[in-house]
Amino acid sequence: MPNTTAIALVPLLPLAGFLLLGLFGKKYFRGSSGIIGVILLLASTLLALYIAYGYFFEYGKVDGVYQKLIPIQYTWLSFSKDVSINMGIILDPISVMMIVVVSFVSLMVHIYSLAYMKGEERFPVYYSFLSLFTFSMLGLVLSSNIFQTYIFWEGVGVSSFLLIGYYYDRPSAVAACKKAFIVTRFADLGFLIGILILSFYSGTLDFNTLIERLTHPGSNELKTAVASSFLGVSALTWGVALVFIGGAGKSAMFPLHIWLPDAMEGPTPVSALIHAATMVVAGVYLVARLFPVFALSAPEALHLVAYVGIISAALAAIIACTQTDIKRVLAYSTMSQIGYMMFALGVSGYGGENGLGYTASMFHLFTHAMFKALLFLGAGAVIHYVHGNEMKDMGGLRKFLPITHITFLIACLAIAGIPPFAGFFSKEEILLAAYQNNMVIYWIALTVSGLTAFYMFRLYFSIFWNKTYDSRLMTHGSHQGEGGFAMMLPLVLLAIGATGAGFIPFGKFVSSDGSTLESKFHLSFSILPVALGLIGIFTAMWLYKKQNDRPNKIAVSLSGLYKTAYRKFYIDELYLFITKKVVFNLVARPAAWFDKNIVDGLINLTGNTTQAVSENIKKIQSGKVQQYAIYFLVAIIGLAVLFIYWWK
Amino acid sequence: MSGSTIIFYLLAALTLVSGILSVSTRQIFRAAIYLLFSLIGIAGLYFWLNYQFIAAVQIVVYVGGIVVLIIFSIFLTQQAGEKLSKQKLSRKIFSALAVFCGFALTMLQIYQHVFYVTPDQAADVNVLNIGKKMLSVNEEGYALPFEIVSMLLLAALIGCIVIAMREKKTIDTEPAALDEVKKETV
Amino acid sequence: MEPGLYHILFISAALFFIGVYGFFTRRNLITMLMSIELILNSVNLNFIAFNKYLWPNKMDGLFFTIFIIAIAAAEAAVAIAIIINLYRSHRSIDVENAEELKY
Repeated sequence: MPNTTAIALVPLLPLAGFLLLGLFGKKYFRGSSGIIGVILLLASTLLALYIAYGYFFEYGKVDGVYQKLIPIQYTWLSFSKDVSINMGIILDPISVMMIVVVSFVSLMVHIYSLAYMKGEERFPVYYSFLSLFTFSMLGLVLSSNIFQTYIFWEGVGVSSFLLIGYYYDRPSAVAACKKAFIVTRFADLGFLIGILILSFYSGTLDFNTLIERLTHPGSNELKTAVASSFLGVSALTWGVALVFIGGAGKSAMFPLHIWLPDAMEGPTPVSALIHAATMVVAGVYLVARLFPVFALSAPEALHLVAYVGIISAALAAIIACTQTDIKRVLAYSTMSQIGYMMFALGVSGYGGENGLGYTASMFHLFTHAMFKALLFLGAGAVIHYVHGNEMKDMGGLRKFLPITHITFLIACLAIAGIPPFAGFFSKEEILLAAYQNNMVIYWIALTVSGLTAFYMFRLYFSIFWNKTYDSRLMTHGSHQGEGGFAMMLPLVLLAIGATGAGFIPFGKFVSSDGSTLESKFHLSFSILPVALGLIGIFTAMWLYKKQNDRPNKIAVSLSGLYKTAYRKFYIDELYLFITKKVVFNLVARPAAWFDKNIVDGLINLTGNTTQAVSENIKKIQSGKVQQYAIYFLVAIIGLAVLFIYWWK
Repeated sequence: MSGSTIIFYLLAALTLVSGILSVSTRQIFRAAIYLLFSLIGIAGLYFWLNYQFIAAVQIVVYVGGIVVLIIFSIFLTQQAGEKLSKQKLSRKIFSALAVFCGFALTMLQIYQHVFYVTPDQAADVNVLNIGKKMLSVNEEGYALPFEIVSMLLLAALIGCIVIAMREKKTIDTEPAALDEVKKETV
Repeated sequence: MEPGLYHILFISAALFFIGVYGFFTRRNLITMLMSIELILNSVNLNFIAFNKYLWPNKMDGLFFTIFIIAIAAAEAAVAIAIIINLYRSHRSIDVENAEELKY
């Protein structure tokens, strides 16, 4: 049986780190906050691995089906006998997988930041925020209750806000963290309404009970939820669709993706942790958590998930081909890969063989965490060396950063889907699931994978080949050589993960209904994607390995398309237009007028009236004795009349 | 219409008319004199009521003391000849109105009230009885208030002197006095 | 008609309110003092009248009057002293100028 202390400690150790470093870090732990953060997270990771081992190999499986266990639960707010908000921890295949991923990647980022953020003024603050984030993310994946998920969802959003805006003296960073928080908050409105709808119809907030009541064919809750409809769509579909919208905001799906490229203003390790491997997959995780409801009771919502996923994947891939800031390229590639995960869930069915998409999506989440974090940390090493983000300032760095070069290459091969690296296996399963269910999505996904290979290798060649790097061009304080042991160790460990993770038989552990899914390897099927990947790689090599004029000529010839893609399809401008011209003028300005003139005016009126009255009353105290005497006499006469004639 | 009635009305007229003139005239010396006549009228009314002692006290203290004191202070503040400044008309009207209302109310109350006269025999009000009562220490005696009033007069005396005293000049500001002191000590 | 209590009360009330009018209206401190003397005299007249007409067997009203006269004299003296003091600092005894205690 699971060890409840171990399970509870997994999120609580980072929380302790946050509190310790946040409250006392500045004064007492200036230099050692990094070490403390790393130690706490190392303990958390080891505990997570221990729990994972126990769950997957010892007690999790009952009759060949992985169970959803709830080892810890206590009632927090009890509204009625049925409806209460509990705090609890759920252990099921995806949550255990996620705690391993989150704690491991977070540990890598913590170690990496020891070197990357060295010398920062607010070093303890950084580590406290990282610990806060890790705690929130672990809490999110371990929540047994949809409301608890929402609480940690917001916690993750706040941590992301704090970390993006870490360099708060840069206006671009401030604008970016505001944008991230506002867009995700806006999406969370949908999430909250979805929670309310789902909990209303199912009468509970607990995941297990909710799923049970809304998917069991004969249940009353399901009947009422399906029967009542709004605008032609059943209430249950609305509920899960709104929950998905919340997830889409957090996972930067179209059209709520605008915050992710700007979020690259934060420090690079933060981008690696939050915006590549963990937070942005929270939306995918949410859909996976509620997957039975999606698949069995609200199939239209699942179609929505699939189409949003594929559109995001395609859009991001096209934009990534034109970007010049290396972190932005990686951000769009993240968006594209999450789109893959989303549509994989979208085309999946429930139970047994139909659930291939689910397993593939989770597998891709696992491998993506490895190679995307590796890509970001490698980019961080490059940025640390070059002190800049633009591709035009780089080139020919392979001689100067050998380890970074090799690990970056491994990650690019993984994301391009070249065997035997991890990305090949997970992508192949996704494409298989799409092929089995929806041909349109399949063809688009295939094209996108080719584009993925192209733009990733465009990035690779532009950084490490292309020109010869003239280190005399370095203006100030160039680092001789790579970042040091603390930066190289995570790169190596993640590279091992990116290479070896593909061989895990994922279907044995994670599947839509808990039973084993046999993953078969179809050789003939995998030839097409690999071939497209290789074509992408060679195209990129042809264009970018040596410095030449071909990319510019292509850009000029496709000028309109190129410009649109470079400007990210003008979506940011559209949002700005809507908020500034429509919302501000029609809603915000009248509201502000009302507030300033009527609400404030009323208060000012009472103040001014009091003042005017007092100005007039104070003239009674004129200092003239005779006037006082007159008042005296008049008052006495008045009182005398009062008492003689009226008051008996 | 007996003589007593005529005298009463004459005295009443003297008192009231002098009073009105005293409060309305613009020359301060004349106001003091009209006050004097008003007080004499009151003394006359005391005589008419057969309280001779009080009438005498009134004349001695009020007329011969207080009015003289007032006249002295008029001279001290060098205001005898000039005309007094006028008061605002609004103030005059308003106070006249208030005063008239007060007077009407008072008269209304007085005329509506029925006064009960005690049936006991009238006492003889002469100086002997007044003196006996004033200085007796038994139940009906007024020795205590007499003593207290005398202390009050002492306090008033001292207080007047202190209040109206000129401020003492210090030796530093009087170089002439300093020289004088020095001369004396040598 | 034989003048009785009511007539004297009339006189005394009239004198009182004349004094009050003078107190409200006069600008000079010394004339205000004169008005106060009128008021005090009206009260004296009241006491004597009540003593004579309602309680002729006692002499309380008489003694009240004696004491009021004494006290009025003392008060007038103190008032004059104050007026002289005020004159020294303000150089005038216009009561409208002594309004330091205003708002």
